[in-house]
Amino acid sequence: MTAPVLRLTRLRKSFGALRVTDDVSLEICARELHAIIGPNGAGKTTLVHQISGLARPDSGRIEFEGADVTDLPMDARARAGLIRSFQIVSILPSFSALENVALAVQARSGSSFRFTGKASGEAALNDTAMALLARFGLASRADFTAGLMSHGEKRQLELAIAMAAQPKLLLLDEPLAGTSHEESARVTATLKELKREVPIILVEHDMEAVFALADRVSVLVYGRIIASGSPDEVRRDAEVRSAYLGDEAAEATA
Amino acid sequence: MNEIVDHGAAVTPRSQPSRLKQAALPLALFAVLALMPAAARFGASGYILALMTRTMILGLAAMSLDLLIGCGAMISFGHAAFLGIGAYAVGILSSHGIDDAFVQLAAALVVAGVFAFLTGAISLRTRGVYFIMITLAFGQMLYFLFTSLAAYGGDDGLSLSRSRVFGAAVLRNDLTLYYVAFAALLGCYLALRAVVASRFGRVLRGIKDNPVRMQAIGFAPYRYQLTAYVIAGMIAAVAGFLLANLSEFVSPAYVGWQRSGDLIFMIVLGGMGSLYGAILGAAAFTLLAEFLSGFTEYWGMIFGPVLIVVVLFARGGLASLGPNVGRSGR
Repeated sequence: MTAPVLRLTRLRKSFGALRVTDDVSLEICARELHAIIGPNGAGKTTLVHQISGLARPDSGRIEFEGADVTDLPMDARARAGLIRSFQIVSILPSFSALENVALAVQARSGSSFRFTGKASGEAALNDTAMALLARFGLASRADFTAGLMSHGEKRQLELAIAMAAQPKLLLLDEPLAGTSHEESARVTATLKELKREVPIILVEHDMEAVFALADRVSVLVYGRIIASGSPDEVRRDAEVRSAYLGDEAAEATA
Repeated sequence: MNEIVDHGAAVTPRSQPSRLKQAALPLALFAVLALMPAAARFGASGYILALMTRTMILGLAAMSLDLLIGCGAMISFGHAAFLGIGAYAVGILSSHGIDDAFVQLAAALVVAGVFAFLTGAISLRTRGVYFIMITLAFGQMLYFLFTSLAAYGGDDGLSLSRSRVFGAAVLRNDLTLYYVAFAALLGCYLALRAVVASRFGRVLRGIKDNPVRMQAIGFAPYRYQLTAYVIAGMIAAVAGFLLANLSEFVSPAYVGWQRSGDLIFMIVLGGMGSLYGAILGAAAFTLLAEFLSGFTEYWGMIFGPVLIVVVLFARGGLASLGPNVGRSGR
């Protein structure tokens, strides 16, 4: 087995007396889609914030491609190739869809301390951005104001932005949240394609999508990883069933 | 990849005003300013010329602040500090017999740049209302420093004679000073426009729109905002240099928080993020103040409600009242 892309070692974080991340250790390998599931309030988003650099763990280590990134801010981790998406879709609302992606391309091509020359006219940036928009089915929306697009389109746009930033690891925080049934099918299809190119950590509520996409699944409950393994192993795990899947099954039949 | 479903009415296309329409208002504005002295010859020329020179100088200072507020989401309440640095560079140096315009201007730019770098480096560690308060505090710090400079007039300020250009007193001529201010305004407008459209400017506008998104693709907002802060401070110092020459006088009042507030007022009145809106705002501000103060000494009572009306009903300010104007940012 090759060296892991990301290694979390004994990550801990508390908000006051509440322990939201409790001794989490995890390894993500190249070419894998690793899903993190768990009930509401399990600390999934807090864990994503710590991995991406938006929040600092109280203790523990985060290694990305063999380097310790525990103390790096989010922008430095992004430059290293650790790219995330957000549970609540995060785009530049007053920019066009094309400029949203072109800015991410710009972040990875040359200095941005250039004070002359029209950035929106740089063909190299626009061409790459346009190709990505087309790939995510947004070619016809290139000139639209991003803030005015539909929710599903914004989700696709966020993925296009993430791919423009040339990720070495994609960290997706509930990319299906708030999408309609068709939109969710489209995003799932997109993820299926992306996982062939880049390792992905997928934090998700939607069980159907998780079991369709994941190579490995970790279950987070009250800040602890209670099970980790292949989708089938996790599905069979008794503790998981009572803590999480059982609850949902019970809810579904109620 | 599957093609996107057309959502039709859910999406409104981006309004794309033609280049000509976008350029119409600033073009007209600079044309009027260029021709103003000719028109002024038929009236009370000296008075109008001085008033318009003052308007352009304040417009220049407000425009530099617009780079921070309108494009970079940095609401500085201490921008008059840089105006003061530029003005005092003229005052202090000329009181020591150094009256060369280029020496004074260089001193103004260097001191303003260093002051902007140091105070910006600290201020930009804060956000929102704390940023407003800390920039205000730095501005007031400078205000009290100038007040305590007894050698340079302290509270009362300091009279000076206009800068010389290689020993020639060309700025003595009001018309020359007018066109020097005009050239500075036009030059800075074109330069700032290029900066806003550049790679750097696009990052700055992105940070205003959604800083967390920008960090998530690898941009550290701090470096870009600090650079913009230094640029804006140095341009305001040029305005200060011109203001001291126009008034032939400097005083701590140039630096006070009221003046910083006036500059914000001008940008809001003129329309944020368009750069030339700051000039419109400065013109509306100085002319309205001049006009209203002729009626009553309580002109502020009328002035305040005007701003409220603008904020409530014309969010884009005067710049948005023109023919379909495309503005950078939002």
